[in-house]
Amino acid sequence: MDGAEALLESLKREGVDVLFGISGGAILPIYDALGKQEDIWSILTRHEQGAGHMAEGYARATGRVGVCMGTSGPGATNLVTAITDAFMDSTPIVVITGQVATPNIGKDAFQECDTFGITMPVVKHNYLVRRSSDIPRIVKEAFYLARTGRPGPVLIDIPKDISAGPLDQFLYPETVNLRGYNPNLPAATEQIKAAAKLIAEARQPVLYVGNGINAAGAADELLKLAEKIDAPVTTTLLGRGGFPAGHQLSLDMLGMHGTAYANWAVHEADLLIALGARFDDRVTGDPKAFAPNAKVIHVDIDSAELGKIRFAQVPILGDVKSVINQLTEVVAPKKHTQWLERIDEWKKAAPLTYENTGTGKLKPQQVIAELNKATDGEAIVTTDVGQHQMWAAQYYNPKRTRSFITSGGLGTMGYGYPAAIGAKVGCIDREVWCITGDGSFQMNLQELATGVLYDIPVKIALLNNSSLGMVRQWQKMFYERRWSGIDLSRCPDFAKLAEAYSATGVTITEADEVADAIREAQKNPGTVLLNFMTDAEEDVFPMIPGGKTVHDMVLDSSNKAVPIPGSNGNGLDGATATATASTYTSEWTDDINAGKKKI
Amino acid sequence: MSETTTEIIKSNVPPQADNMMMENGVPTIVSNGVGLPAVNVMSGNEQLHTISILVENQPGVLARVSHVFARRGFNIESLAVSRTEDPTVSRMTVVVAGDDEAFTQMGKQLLKLIDVIKVIDHTRDDLVGRELALIKVKADAAARNEIMQIASVFRANLVDISEDTLMVEMTGKTDKVDAIQRMLEKFEILELVRTGLIVLVRGPKQT
Ligand SMILES: Cc1cc2nc3c(=O)[nH]c(=O)nc-3n(C[C@H](O)[C@H](O)[C@H](O)COP(=O)(O)OP(=O)(O)OC[C@H]3O[C@@H](n4cnc5c(N)ncnc54)[C@H](O)[C@@H]3O)c2cc1C
Ligand SMILES: Cc1ncc(C[n+]2csc(CCOP(=O)(O)OP(=O)(O)O)c2C)c(N)n1
Repeated sequence: MDGAEALLESLKREGVDVLFGISGGAILPIYDALGKQEDIWSILTRHEQGAGHMAEGYARATGRVGVCMGTSGPGATNLVTAITDAFMDSTPIVVITGQVATPNIGKDAFQECDTFGITMPVVKHNYLVRRSSDIPRIVKEAFYLARTGRPGPVLIDIPKDISAGPLDQFLYPETVNLRGYNPNLPAATEQIKAAAKLIAEARQPVLYVGNGINAAGAADELLKLAEKIDAPVTTTLLGRGGFPAGHQLSLDMLGMHGTAYANWAVHEADLLIALGARFDDRVTGDPKAFAPNAKVIHVDIDSAELGKIRFAQVPILGDVKSVINQLTEVVAPKKHTQWLERIDEWKKAAPLTYENTGTGKLKPQQVIAELNKATDGEAIVTTDVGQHQMWAAQYYNPKRTRSFITSGGLGTMGYGYPAAIGAKVGCIDREVWCITGDGSFQMNLQELATGVLYDIPVKIALLNNSSLGMVRQWQKMFYERRWSGIDLSRCPDFAKLAEAYSATGVTITEADEVADAIREAQKNPGTVLLNFMTDAEEDVFPMIPGGKTVHDMVLDSSNKAVPIPGSNGNGLDGATATATASTYTSEWTDDINAGKKKI
Repeated sequence: MSETTTEIIKSNVPPQADNMMMENGVPTIVSNGVGLPAVNVMSGNEQLHTISILVENQPGVLARVSHVFARRGFNIESLAVSRTEDPTVSRMTVVVAGDDEAFTQMGKQLLKLIDVIKVIDHTRDDLVGRELALIKVKADAAARNEIMQIASVFRANLVDISEDTLMVEMTGKTDKVDAIQRMLEKFEILELVRTGLIVLVRGPKQT
């Protein structure tokens, strides 16, 4: 047996049956071994970044560890974005890279790069393998590290002479021995009691739920707790699906583009129960003004998150699933009738809406709402990054955990489509949609070849606004409409492009065609790209500008900050309109049409 | 931010793994908690912290650790690394300057590294701390005597001599080493090297 065979045998022991990657010189021994076996399905992607995001999508949808591969040098550097993305969003993946042969390391050999050094800051852990006989132990450790504790990416860099070199015998270890790593600390019972006390005392509690719920598979447990203590639930972007949207206690997403009622509830809360969420700045805005009246219970499996951004009266270190179970057991049932009535008023006062101008322009929000209807919130949805991502978060209401897969922390354009392929590979029986933008899709559209070749039928809803919409919105709101570097109006014809890849492509321009087009796509057994030509002036609301507070939240394009309905005025006096009064008034499409310049 | 309910979490001592100390149910960098606070107050909240980091004796581990310091903007004042009584474990003794809050956060980030076994903050420890310095001083015949006198006052050794130079070997606490260095400056220090501080906790207690 050689190192490559030992690697594949180890992967099988870890239950791996699929991996994504691209071959090359330094990883040839491993691809040679892959070709000689049939237990692991090796999916050839068109770019290593695609392979990385596929592994991520697979992991996020299934809860299992995703695996991707690339050769040394450019193969490895192409993987770095996906590795960083997985690091930021705590996605469990194992990355295997080829490396030049040991004697050549450090000599600027052909396609050599210091993968170990380059990836060190963006992995949970990494290895440069020095002996073929170490491979089984290292693989065992890598999978253990990737999936336990706070999940994350682990990289194994294997020099060519090590993958080609012989092993005397193959011994797969039963256990790992990592004395510097102890992810299974039971939560302190004292802390559970302290939390229960705060919950009992609270009159206006809010559960602030993050990615940890989906990672821990704790959605059912959360539902029980929320109902028992009768507390409203808001999720982060990455927590979507962790609590059933449409539930009476659901406040939907909070934060920069969260719902007004979620942000108001958080602001007025006297107790914030943070479950597997890390107080990201897209959530808190100005952290000093975030949930200013609330005591905090913060449950996280990573001790470095506790107290990092926000002081917690009761920090609880532990797996959120078991902590929720413990909490549910000790808390007494509660009713918060008044509080929930107040929230219902907010829901009525400021629901998610968009202006239907009657101009006949296709509204991007409508597309997502129709998609939500057609799938009944049961599909797995992945997104790219930008306005379409926010509308997806607002108007797609996932009913199930692990079903809303998006790049939150790194915000990687180009994530959506490969992640959808990975999700579909992991959940072949489920309907998978990728909601993307014309900018993002062009960052990894080459994977259409992968999707079609391997018959991994993902449906793509492309919201085509002929621009880098999210950037355009910021230029409109904060840079006095000085358009710069946003024009995508000379895009390829995406429907034709899909056809060129032997997928189905359809362009939709009219509002009344949307539902039909989605239904047709659902019936189609193959890869379908729906190119929705949407209103290019549409912006995402509500919005709390970066670093600001709930008092700066604007609900529509009037850009007027709104006071909290029925608030006792607590800190309200400072309400200000945020967007700079603009000296320019033209919309960007006017400027384009006037042929002003290439923007 | 209200901190009125901190008292409810003071009392508990949760189960701990042997590589971690816990504070309020949260792992923290270990502090042995004896002796006088050996804290140097710098400008603002900046303090000098002496910490020991026990790490796996593995390639790359120094890079991992120093990256954490660099990312958080901590300047390493001194760093000494060596194997310990257990050859698979290395000990890093690090003196860093930084404010307390950032220091705590950085300690947790260090603990997250898989190769880091233990992080010990010596802020409140009763320590034996030593540094070794080799100081090459310009010394013609006229200066030699005075330099030898200074060395003997500091109990430093003379380890090399040439026509024009003397080399002084000084072991002691950081301030002693600073002091002899200052005394020798007037003769012109040609070259100087210091190991950085190494520490062990006094008595049977483990460092
Ligand atoms: C254009 C754009 C706009 C955005 N706008 C918003 C917005 O309006 N609102 C919003 O919410 N986000 C928004 N985001 C996303 C935002 O940047 C963050 O990625 C997101 O808020 C982080 O969510 P999180 O804290 O739930 O997840 P993570 O960052 O993944 O953190 C999860 C936490 O859970 C912990 N954890 C993991 N597993 C467990 C376990 N088993 N038990 C206990 N704890 C566990 C982890 O240690 C971690 O601390 C936006 C992103 C983009 C790109
Ligand atoms: C790789 C990468 N480059 C740049 C950005 C900055 N960025 C954030 S959103 C955005 C525009 C996205 O445009 P598009 O995909 O068309 O989506 P839209 O906002 O129009 O819906 C850009 C450029 C990013 N997030 N990722």
